[in-house]
Parts: sequence; structure tokens; C-alpha cells
Amino acid sequence: MFAQGPQATPSIWAPASTPAHEIYGLSLFVLLITGAIFAVVGGLLAFVMIKFRARESDAGHEPAQIYGSVQVELAWTVIPVLIVVVLFLTTARIIFAIQDAPEPKSALDVTVIGHQFWWEFHYPKLNIVTANELHVPVSTPEQPEPTYLRLLSADVDHSFWVPQLGGKTDLIPNHPNQMWIDPQTAGLYLGQCAQFCGIEHAKMLIRVYVDTPHQFDAWVKNQQQPRTQDASVAAGRQIFETEACMNCHTIAGTVAKGTFGPDLTHLMSRATIAAGAAPNAPQNLRLWIQDPNTFKPGALMPAMQLSDRQIDEVVAYLSTLH
Amino acid sequence: MADQAFPIPGSLDATPSRGAALLEWLHSWVVTVDHKKLGILYIVYALFFLLVGGAEALAIRIQLVIANNHFVSPELYNELFTMHGTTMVFLVGMPILFGFANYLVPLMIGARDMAFPRLNAFSFWMTAFGGLFLYFSFIGGFGLYGMGSAPDVGWFAYAPLTAQAFSPGHNTDYWALALIVSGFGTLGTAINIVATIISMRCRGMTLLRMPLFAWLMLVVSGLTLITITPLTAAQIMLLIDRYLGGHFFDTQAGGSAVVWIHFFWIFGHPEVYVLVLPAFAIANEIIPTFSRKAIFGYPAMVAASVGIAFVSVSVWAHHMFTVGMTSVSNAFFVLSTMMVGIPTGIKIFNWIATMWGGRIRFATPMLFCTAFVFQFLIAGLTGIMLSVAPLDWQLHNSYFVIAHFHYVLVGAIIFCIFAAIYYWYPKATGRVLSEKLGKWHFWLFFFGFHLTFDTMHFVGFLGMPRSIYTYEADRGWSTLNFWISMGGLIQAIAVLIFAWNLIDSYLHGKEAGNDPWDAWTLEWSTPSPPPAYNFAEDPVVRSRRPLWDLKHPQDPDWKYER
Repeated sequence: MFAQGPQATPSIWAPASTPAHEIYGLSLFVLLITGAIFAVVGGLLAFVMIKFRARESDAGHEPAQIYGSVQVELAWTVIPVLIVVVLFLTTARIIFAIQDAPEPKSALDVTVIGHQFWWEFHYPKLNIVTANELHVPVSTPEQPEPTYLRLLSADVDHSFWVPQLGGKTDLIPNHPNQMWIDPQTAGLYLGQCAQFCGIEHAKMLIRVYVDTPHQFDAWVKNQQQPRTQDASVAAGRQIFETEACMNCHTIAGTVAKGTFGPDLTHLMSRATIAAGAAPNAPQNLRLWIQDPNTFKPGALMPAMQLSDRQIDEVVAYLSTLH
Repeated sequence: MADQAFPIPGSLDATPSRGAALLEWLHSWVVTVDHKKLGILYIVYALFFLLVGGAEALAIRIQLVIANNHFVSPELYNELFTMHGTTMVFLVGMPILFGFANYLVPLMIGARDMAFPRLNAFSFWMTAFGGLFLYFSFIGGFGLYGMGSAPDVGWFAYAPLTAQAFSPGHNTDYWALALIVSGFGTLGTAINIVATIISMRCRGMTLLRMPLFAWLMLVVSGLTLITITPLTAAQIMLLIDRYLGGHFFDTQAGGSAVVWIHFFWIFGHPEVYVLVLPAFAIANEIIPTFSRKAIFGYPAMVAASVGIAFVSVSVWAHHMFTVGMTSVSNAFFVLSTMMVGIPTGIKIFNWIATMWGGRIRFATPMLFCTAFVFQFLIAGLTGIMLSVAPLDWQLHNSYFVIAHFHYVLVGAIIFCIFAAIYYWYPKATGRVLSEKLGKWHFWLFFFGFHLTFDTMHFVGFLGMPRSIYTYEADRGWSTLNFWISMGGLIQAIAVLIFAWNLIDSYLHGKEAGNDPWDAWTLEWSTPSPPPAYNFAEDPVVRSRRPLWDLKHPQDPDWKYER
């Protein structure tokens, strides 16, 4: 339905989902009206500036004094009133269409929890918990499968904004919100937190992977698997479970059940770490564990004070979490 | 014997030493209750902080000139944009508007001073100490240990980021306390202006013969009383949360973050009009003078100003379309916001109609005012775009919003403030500012402004959020950000030329005389600078333009005005 696929620039002019597309259409209408007003009033101003500027020839003479005109005042009051009526009705229609759209049975539910400075995603029906990279299925007119996001916050205000998929909605503690998207082209869509939430607000990035039905099923299946026990990295696992790591991170199927940090059960299925601050690669994991301030000064994870050998072993362990 | 000088302890020499004279001069400024001196103090104070806030803006733009820059740390960046916003609104915008009101309102209405001169002095010093206290945060608290305690929670200070749990230390306390202190000063001055205008007008000056400047200041002062109070209340509630175990905004104990947002914008949106109505006030004086015509539709202008003030207190939640209100509330605030456009439109049309048929002289004040009308038109239209709630869901907290409100705060307000300084500087100092430097200042600032803020709209469309200390290189925002920063640099150069003009013209400028612009309001009937207590005799007026009546006895205004 929409020509646009995912882009590196998260432009609101490249809508790829119904809410974004309706807003795009509305914005063209609003631009048309405001553009026309600009042309008329700006044109008048330019005309007056040129036509009525003082000239050498009128030295000393004052122009005719005109104090006002009730008819003219009425005219330029009534016309804007009419414009406001039209704009308001058009806007109200789109507000109700997007905000009050009933949730279809086929919809996928995801709970989004904002943290300083990362995103937690729960899929309650699928029993999946992941972080920072949201996977949703393509939704087509033939097979609509919109995603309904329930928005919560664990600490301060955040805002979920992926411009190509829809407008933003805030995540506010004690104030659950909801929004929906129905992306129609598969691919990676970028966004980020849009409500100032503290020192690392700038590095609270969002990646939304829109998957084909096949890809999505495969992803779900992988996420639902318990993690594999790899004897070769038992040393790393032991460090993870005896040092502070497990206080904050969960790895399903192990004793690590912390909830302050991202769930690491399938860490290797994600392309980035630290909410998009760095690519997910062993050397970056290493730097991150050594000192998170390398990528994200002010991140709430402390430097772990492990020896080089311990870090190597933990990274080796994390690298098996596919 | 009689002319023999006797040695007397202490000198009878009438010329004191240089140091003593300086002290005397300083003392006269510190203890003054003269509305003109206090007006100048307010304006000088505001211009000083304009430079400080401008320097903060430049540091922000240097940080963003390229992706992943390391010019400042994230902490410092957050402090910079918080302090930039707080400074420009509370230490520049409000004081400078009260400075002009202080200086001009008594002169314009034919009064000899403000209604409460001592309250006036008290208010200024409260405001001044509030500002100094805010800036003490850079060295106070833990500052000397290297971190700085400057506020870092945004000028909007959304809860619960301001709670003890998320904002330990004293950053937030400096913000709240400084604004409470300066807020009391603001309230004092607002009461003073209302009282002065209501009770101190000279004979013959009915409300509907007052210069529009005085009308607008009356409306602004009334609006100030409405807006500053909820902010002060919210800040006291915040401090109760932080230190006395309150839970107003403490979400971890069941408080409400949304209530803070309501409080803040019930203050914050009318505040925008508190800042922009004085800009209208300035334009209402300058545009007629330089078009050589009476203002078109005076009663409509008064009605529109009062109308804007009324509507402006019912639009606050258009800052909250993304907070998750019901669709009906959203629709209500769309409508109320769009309605502000109607009285605002009336004003723009009346300014154009005033210029229509005139003989427009484009001296520097008029250049700034014409640019103001043009830019305010655009600011109004982008405001209409943002009032469309679904579009706001996209553009809220993006650089588009930053561009929009800088079009209002710089494109409208700062341009009018510059216009006002070029226009009334001769009255206050007796010297005219250099037109040549003024034109350099205008064109550079105009060009820099448009390079920065026109471009900023587009980077907002491309999805760049505000308040981020850096951005990813692959987002397609880099080139635009580079040009935005260059525009900032050009504006900075223009402001330096302006500062030089202020100093140089004070020392070597052309003598102004009483009435350098051939204007029509009462202040131009006094010497430049006006003496203490302004008028030797109380003036009597018969129309809105008393000096026009004097200059054109055959054709006075009072014959035509209704």
C-alpha cells in the first residue's frame, strides 16, 4: 500500500504504517492551507514594503491618516474563523481514527517498558522477553496483524518514537499508554527516545525489525527456546552467576534472574548492545563489561572490575547466548 | 584675614577623588527607586544574560556541528541546554520586558514614576538575586570538586526526573529555588505595572487613549499574575517532595508525573504570550512611527490583545498531545489552540494595514520590526501545524518544535527587543545608535537566524529529537546540523557588532535631541534622557497621539478618533 520501505533517515515523509501514513496525508493538507496563507499574507507584506516605502519626492508630507475600518476588521476575522473550522474538523477525524481504532483479534500485543536508558519488550501471549530491538510481523490488508504497544515506565518519562511507523507516545510511570502500528514493508526501522530522560537520553535508540511471517515465526521460535548449555563456557557462566552480573540480568533457565538490566537470554540474536550505542561484537562486549562509560558515559551499569581473563570468559559465555 | 584658608579636617574640594565618584555613582544605582534607572538596570541585566545564554547556545551548536562529537560531556550538555532555556526565558525575556515596561509606561501615560517605587526596586533585586543564585550553581554545591551542580533536568523539569531518586545532589534545588526567588520579583513588578496603569494616567488619558504599548503591558502583567503563581506553587510542591517526604510527583510512592506536566504548562503556555505580547507592544509603537500613520484599528488591536490573553490560558495541554489524553481532550485542545490564531491574525493584518498607504522609512528599528512581522507570520503558521494533534504526535519534542519556538522567541521577541533598543536608546542615553552598524547587525542577524532556524524545521521532519547531546552519523542529519551551527556563528557575530554599537554610540554617537524619530507618544516630549520625575508639569492629552496633535494643530487626532 505504501511505496516507502525502511530508511536510514527516520523521516516523517516516508510513512510505512497506517498511523504514520494518515498523519502524512493530514500534514500535506495542513501544509497546503498554511502555505496558501503564507503566500497571501507574505505577498501582501512584500507588496506594502515595496509600494509604500518613503521616497525623496514626498519629503515633509505626512500620508493620509486612516484610523481603521469595521468592515475590513470583520472580514479578516471571519475568514480565519472559517479556516479554523475546516482545519479542526479534518484534524478531529484523524485523531479519532488513529487513537480510538479498536484492537482487532489478530493483533500482536507487546508491552514496552522504558528504563534509563534502554527498552524492555514483553510479548505476553508468546512468553518472550527481549530488549532494545523490537520484532513485529508485517501487516498486510489481506492479512492484518497490527501490533498494539502497551507503554509503561520503570523510572522516569520516556517517549516511543519511530517516525516511519507512527507518532510518538510517552511512557510515564503510573500512567499506562497505548499505541499501535501496522508496518507493511519488511525491514529495519529506526527511532529513539523522544522525551528527555537523563544523562544518556541521546543513546536510547530503538530498532524495530518488521519481519515477514516466515521470519517472524523463526524469530519467535528461537526466542522461546531455553538457552543451550555449552560446557566449553562453563567458566564464564560461573563468573556471571557468582559476580554481580546476575543481580541485574536474567538468563532464562539459569539462576540469573535480575530485572534491572536487559534480559540476556538471547543476547546474540540482537545486532546492537547498550540500546543501540554499539554493534554487538565480542570486542565491544568486552569494552562494555570493562567500562560501560566507553560507549555510554552515565549508563547505570557499573564497570565490573573483572580481570582480563574473567572478562574473556564472560564474553565467551555471552557469545553462546543465541 | 578673611580670605585666609584655615586647615580643616577633610577637604572642602567639591570634586571628590575618582574612586569616591565611582562609588557614589554605583551607590546611586544600587539604592535607586527611579523607574527609569530600574528599567535600565533590568535591561542591562537581561542583555548580560542574553550574552551568557547565547554563549551556552553556541556551545550546544559546537557540540552538534558533527555527529558523535566530544566537545562537551553528556552531563555538561544537559546542563547547558537546561541553563540556556531557563536563562533565556527567566533571566532575559521576563526582565527585559519588565525593563521596557518600567522605563516607558510612566513616560507614556504621563506619570512621574511607578505606583510603588520601592516595591519596584525590591522586585528588581529579587529577580537579580534569583539569576545570580541560578548561576552560582556552576561553582556552588559540588561544583568546585569538578562536577558542577547546574540544573540538568531540562527547563521543563519533568517529574519524576526531578525526584531525589533520579536527581540527587542540588541541581534541581538550584533550579526550583532560583525561579521561586525571581518569581516573587516578577509578581511584584506585575502588580506594580497594573497599579500604575490603572491609577497613574495623566489627565485626559482614558484607557482607550493609552498607547497600545501600555495596553499590552497591562495585559501582560495581568497574565503574569495568572501564570507565575502555578509555577511557584508547583516548585514549592517539588521541594516538599524532595525534602519533606511529599508525594505530589513522586511516582514511586503513587504520585503523578502527569500533574507536574499540567502545572508546568498551565504556567508555560501563557508564559509564551507573556513574552511575545511585549514584542507586539514594541511593534505597535514602531510600525506606526516609521510608516507615518496612526495604528490601524486601535480598538481591534486592544480587543485582540485581551482575546489572546483569555484564550492563552485554555491551551496548555497542546504540549501534552503525546502524554496519552483521551481523544476528546485532544480534540478540545486542538480547537482552543487554533482559536489563538484568530486574534493573532487580526494583529498581523492590522500591522500590514498600518503600513498600507504610509511612507515607510526603513531605519534600523523598522527593519527589525518588519522582519518580526514576517517571522511571526511563519511562527504562527508552524504553530497551527503543531496544533494539529496527529502531526504533533510526530513533531512533538523534535527539532521542528525547537525551530517553531525559536521563531517566536528569537524571530519575534529578540527582533522586537533589538528594534526597541534602537528606537528608545536615544531617549535613554541622549545619543542615537549608529545606523551603519545597525544595518550590519540587522542583515547579519537576519541571515544567521534564517540559516539556523529555517534549517532546523527540516531536521525535525527527518526525525531528530531535541535534548540529545549527540546523534548517529548515518541518520542523514549531519549536513543540516552543520549549517544550523554556522547560522549560530553568524548570529553571534551580529550580536557582537550590536554590543560594540551600544558602547561606541554611547561615547561618540550623534546627539539625539528630544524626538529623533518624529514620533507621537508622550515620552518624546521630554528631554533625552528624561529628568527625574519626567514631567515638570503634568501633561494633558486629548487623543492617542498627543504629539501629533501638537505638531498638526490644524488636523489633530481628536477630531477623528472615536
